Amino acid sequence: MRRFAVEKARKLLAPHTDIFISASQHPISSSQIFLHLLSSAAFFLRFLNTKATPYPSDSMASTPLTLDTINPKVLECEYAVRGEIVILAQRLQEELKNNPNAHPFDEILYCNIGNPQSLGQQPITFFREVLALCDHPALLDKAETRGLFSADSIERASEILHQIPGRATGAYSHSQGIRGLRDKIAAGIEARDGYPADPNDIFLTDGASPAVHTMMQLLIRSKNDGILCPIPQYPLYSASIALHGGTLVPYYLNEATGWGLEIAELKNQLEMAKSKGISVRALVVINPGNPTGQVLAENNQKQIVDFCKDEGLVLLADEVYQENIYVPDKQFHSFKKVARSMGYGEKDISLVSFQSVSKGYYGECGKRGGYMEVTGFSPEIREQIYKLASVNLCSNISGQILASLVMNPPKVGDESYESYLAEKDAILSSLARRAKQLEDAFNSLKGVTCNRAEGAMYLFPCIDLPKKAIEAAKAVSTAPDAFYARRLLNATGIVVVPGSGFRQVPGTWHFRCTILPQEDKIPAIVSRLTKFHKGFMDEFCD
Amino acid sequence: MSSKSLDYENLNENVKKCQYAVRGELYLRASELQKEGKKIIFTNVGNPHALGQKPLTFPRQVVALCQAPFLMDDPNVGTLFHADAIARAKHYLSMTSGGLGAYSDSRGLPGIRKEVAEFIERRDGYPSDPELIFLTDGASKGVMQILNSIIRGAHDGILVPVPQYPLYSATISLLGGSLVPYYLEETANWGLDIGNLRQSVTQARSQGITVRAMVIINPGNPTGQCLSEANLKEVLKFCYENNLVLLGDEVYQQNIYQDERPFISARKVLMDMGPPISKEVQLVSFHTVSKGYWGECGQRGGYFEMTNISPQTVEEIYKVASISLSPNVPGQIFMGLMVSPPKPGDISYERYVRESKGILESLRRRARIMTDGFNCCRNVVCNFTEGAMYSFPQIRLPLKVMEAAKRAGKVADVFYCLKLLEATGISTVPGSGFGQKEGVFHLRTTILPAEEDMPAIMASFKKFNDEFMEQYEDNGGYSRM
Repeated sequence: MRRFAVEKARKLLAPHTDIFISASQHPISSSQIFLHLLSSAAFFLRFLNTKATPYPSDSMASTPLTLDTINPKVLECEYAVRGEIVILAQRLQEELKNNPNAHPFDEILYCNIGNPQSLGQQPITFFREVLALCDHPALLDKAETRGLFSADSIERASEILHQIPGRATGAYSHSQGIRGLRDKIAAGIEARDGYPADPNDIFLTDGASPAVHTMMQLLIRSKNDGILCPIPQYPLYSASIALHGGTLVPYYLNEATGWGLEIAELKNQLEMAKSKGISVRALVVINPGNPTGQVLAENNQKQIVDFCKDEGLVLLADEVYQENIYVPDKQFHSFKKVARSMGYGEKDISLVSFQSVSKGYYGECGKRGGYMEVTGFSPEIREQIYKLASVNLCSNISGQILASLVMNPPKVGDESYESYLAEKDAILSSLARRAKQLEDAFNSLKGVTCNRAEGAMYLFPCIDLPKKAIEAAKAVSTAPDAFYARRLLNATGIVVVPGSGFRQVPGTWHFRCTILPQEDKIPAIVSRLTKFHKGFMDEFCD
Repeated sequence: MSSKSLDYENLNENVKKCQYAVRGELYLRASELQKEGKKIIFTNVGNPHALGQKPLTFPRQVVALCQAPFLMDDPNVGTLFHADAIARAKHYLSMTSGGLGAYSDSRGLPGIRKEVAEFIERRDGYPSDPELIFLTDGASKGVMQILNSIIRGAHDGILVPVPQYPLYSATISLLGGSLVPYYLEETANWGLDIGNLRQSVTQARSQGITVRAMVIINPGNPTGQCLSEANLKEVLKFCYENNLVLLGDEVYQQNIYQDERPFISARKVLMDMGPPISKEVQLVSFHTVSKGYWGECGQRGGYFEMTNISPQTVEEIYKVASISLSPNVPGQIFMGLMVSPPKPGDISYERYVRESKGILESLRRRARIMTDGFNCCRNVVCNFTEGAMYSFPQIRLPLKVMEAAKRAGKVADVFYCLKLLEATGISTVPGSGFGQKEGVFHLRTTILPAEEDMPAIMASFKKFNDEFMEQYEDNGGYSRM
C-alpha cells in the first residue's frame, strides 16, 4: 500500500510532457510543472511562469519567513492612513496616560481616519435596535421586549429573520449575501436612482474594501495591467494594486477648479500608459471624493461614462460617501443612474458600484458592512466573481443586515421615522457646519489654501511650505508634508495624514484632516492649529 | 461598441485556476433543486446553525447589549438580560472607543487580544503575547493574509495535506504559488507519515520549487483525524530541519470525539521541545468562533497567533491588515466571549455548560452514527470521525460507473454525488474537491444534521447507494482499495 502511494506521488509530481518556454533564460523556470491531483479536473494546479521574477538565491533549501523572503508586494504596498504618524500618535497617547503633563496638550485628536463613532458620533437608534434583535432572536419570543424596543424595529427584525432559515443569524449565508436582504438593497437602489437593480448583481462584503480587492484580483494579470486612479486618491487603491502586482496609472484632479476631473487629462494619461505598453483595464472614480471631497457634476459623469464605454474600461465607482453632501448646489448621482439615463445598458458599459455602512450619517465602521453592485459583465465573469466570494464563504451577517437597513431606512409613517430623521439631520447638518468651520480656519492660515468639502468627510488643504522647511525635512529623510504633520502632532496632539500618503502633484504639499471631531472640540482644534502654524511659518520663513 | 475590458480571455489566470468545491457544482445544483421545491439537506459545509443547532444564549445576550447600549439605561433591562451579560457587555464596550461602530486597532481590540493570550496560556501552560495575536474576519482571512506574505511566486511551494480543506488550494492558486501535496494514509486512520512528507519535499525541490511552509489541519478537515503528540513532534522537527513555517489550522480544537488523542496545540508541543527548536521554528496558529460548539459561522470571528516571527515581519503583516482597517467588532467580541466564557458562580454558568455539553455530546454521538451508517454499506469504507465536523467515506465504484461518469463529462465521485443529491436531497461535496489518490473516491458530508434526523438520513443514503450499485454493478472490478 505504501509503495503504491509513493509511486503515485512520484508520478503526480513529475513534469508533464508539455513544455512551456517562457521569455526567461533560467532553465528551471522554462518548464511547466503540473501538480496533478487526479480524479478531478477541478483539483488541478499549474505552474505557469510568464515573467520570472528572480528571487534571492533559491538554492533548493527553504528559507524562513523574514524581511528578505517575504512577498515583495507586501513590502511595496503602503497605507498612510494608519501609517507612521498614527503609530507616533499612539505612543504619545500612552505617554499621556502615564503622565498627563508629558506633552503640551491634554489629548490626542485623531483627525486621520474616517471613523466617526470613535469621536463621539452616535449610531442611529433604529438600526441598533434591529441589529440587537437579530443578534438575539430569542428576544422576539418575550413579551417584555415590547417594553424596551420600538414596535417598528421589532417588526423589521421579524421581517429580516423571516428571510433567514431558522432565524439562524449565526449560519454562513449565500456567498453573495442573504437573498431577502439583497432584494431590499436592490429596491433601495431603484428608489434612489429610478432605474431597476437586480439582487443577483449584488455581492455583500465585509465593508467596501474587500470588494475593491476582489475587482483588482480579477483585473490584474501582471505589471502590464494598469488601473487609472485619481490623484489624490484614497490609498486603498494604490495598496491593492501593489498587492496584486499591477500598475497604478495616475490621472490628476485639478486643484484650481475645486479638484475637477478633466476628460482631457484622462485621455492623456491613458495614451501615455498605452505608449509604455500598459494595458489599462479600469478607471477608478471616487464620488464624492476622498481625500478631496468634490462632488462630480452630472455632465462630468456623463463624459466619464462615455470615456469608459469608448475605451472599453471597467468603471469602478467608489460611492461610499453618497450620503455625505454638504452643499446645496451639488447632488449625488450614482454612475449607474447616469449610465442608464444615457440609454446605456448591460451591453454598453461594465460598471461596479461600491457602497459601505461605514460613512454617510450612519458611520458604522466597526461593523464591516458593504456591497458591490456589478453590472455589464458576461455570465462567465459573474461566475468567477461568485467563485471568489465563495472561498471566503460569506460576509458577516450583522453587516449584511445593516447594509439592508442603510439602503432601506424608516419611511414616513413608521413609528421610528421622526426620531430617525432627527438623528440623521442632526448628524448631517453638524458635519456640514464642521466642514465649513474647518475650511474657513485652514484658509485663514498664511500660505494655506483649502478647497471646500462638498462631500465626504475630509479637508485637504494645500500648504505652501517655505524652502527652509523643505530642506529641514530632507535633512531628516522625511517628506515635507510628513515633517509638517509630525511637528503638528508633537505640538498640538492633532493627527492628520500627510498628503504624500494620497499622492499629489509633485512639488505641492497637503495634509488630510477629517471633519469628524465633535463640534465642541472644533474651536480648540482651530486655535491650537493656528498657533502652531504661525510658529512653524515664523521658524521656517525666509 | 467597444470590446469589453474584463472578459474570460483577459481574466487573471490565477482566478481561473482557483477552485472551491465546497460551494461549487454540487452546491449550486442543490440550490437549483431547492428553488424547484425539493427538500435539500445541506451537508456540504460546516455550518451548524443552518442545520438547527441553537446559538449559545450568553454570547447572544452580550452582543445584543453591545449593539444597543441604550438598553442598559432602561430600568427594565433586567427582565430580558442576566446581570452577568450586562456586566460583560459593559466590559467589552469599555475596551472600545466608540462602541461597535468604530474601527478598532487593525489587529483587533487590545483587550480582546489579551483575553485570547490568556486563553492560550491556560490551555498550553506557556505565556502568549497579545502583540503577536491578530483578530481577523474569520480564520480564512487570516490564512489568506499569511499565505500572501509567504508566497512570492510560482517557485514557492506550500505543503498541504491531501485530502485538504480547499481554502488552501484555492488561496495558493490565487496567489500564484505551488501546492506541494503530502498524502495522509487512509488505511492508518488518515495518519500523517513523515516518509510521505520527505518524499513530497524532495520531489518538489527537484522540480525547482522552494518549499516555504507546511499546513497541518488538526483535527483534520475533511478527514477528522487528531494528531498525536508524537506526530506533532515529528512535524515540528521536520519543519525545523527544512526551515518551513508551520501553519497550524486548529479551528476544530474543541471538536474531539474520542479520548485516546485529546487536542494538543502545535505551540504547546513546540514549547515542550525546548530550545533550539522552540526558539527557531516559525509557527502561525489559527482559530475561529465558527466551529467547536459555538458554530457562529455568520459572525466571521477568528484569530492567528504568530510564534518566532521577527518584529519587522510582524510589522509588515500589520501593515497589510491595516489596509482593511479592522476586523468586525461584534465578531471580535464573540471571540473574547469564546476564550473567556462564563465561570463557575456566574449567573449564566449553569445554562452555558448545559448548552455546550449538550451540543458536544450530541456531536460525538452523531459522529458514531454516521460512521457506522456508512460502514454498513458493502462498498463503503469509512474511518471514524475522531474530530472536526465531517465524515469522509470512501465509496468503491464499479467500472460501469466510471464509464457512465465519463459519458456524462463528470468525474466519478461528482457523478455519484449528483445522483445521490437528486435521489435523496442530500447535498455533499465530492472527494475530488479535497484531493484524493488516483482512482479512489470519497464524498464529504457533515455530522451536523439534527440527531433525530440522522437515522432517516443514513437509511436514505443506504437505499440510494444499494440501488445505485445494483444498477451499475458488474464483475469487471472496482475502484482501488
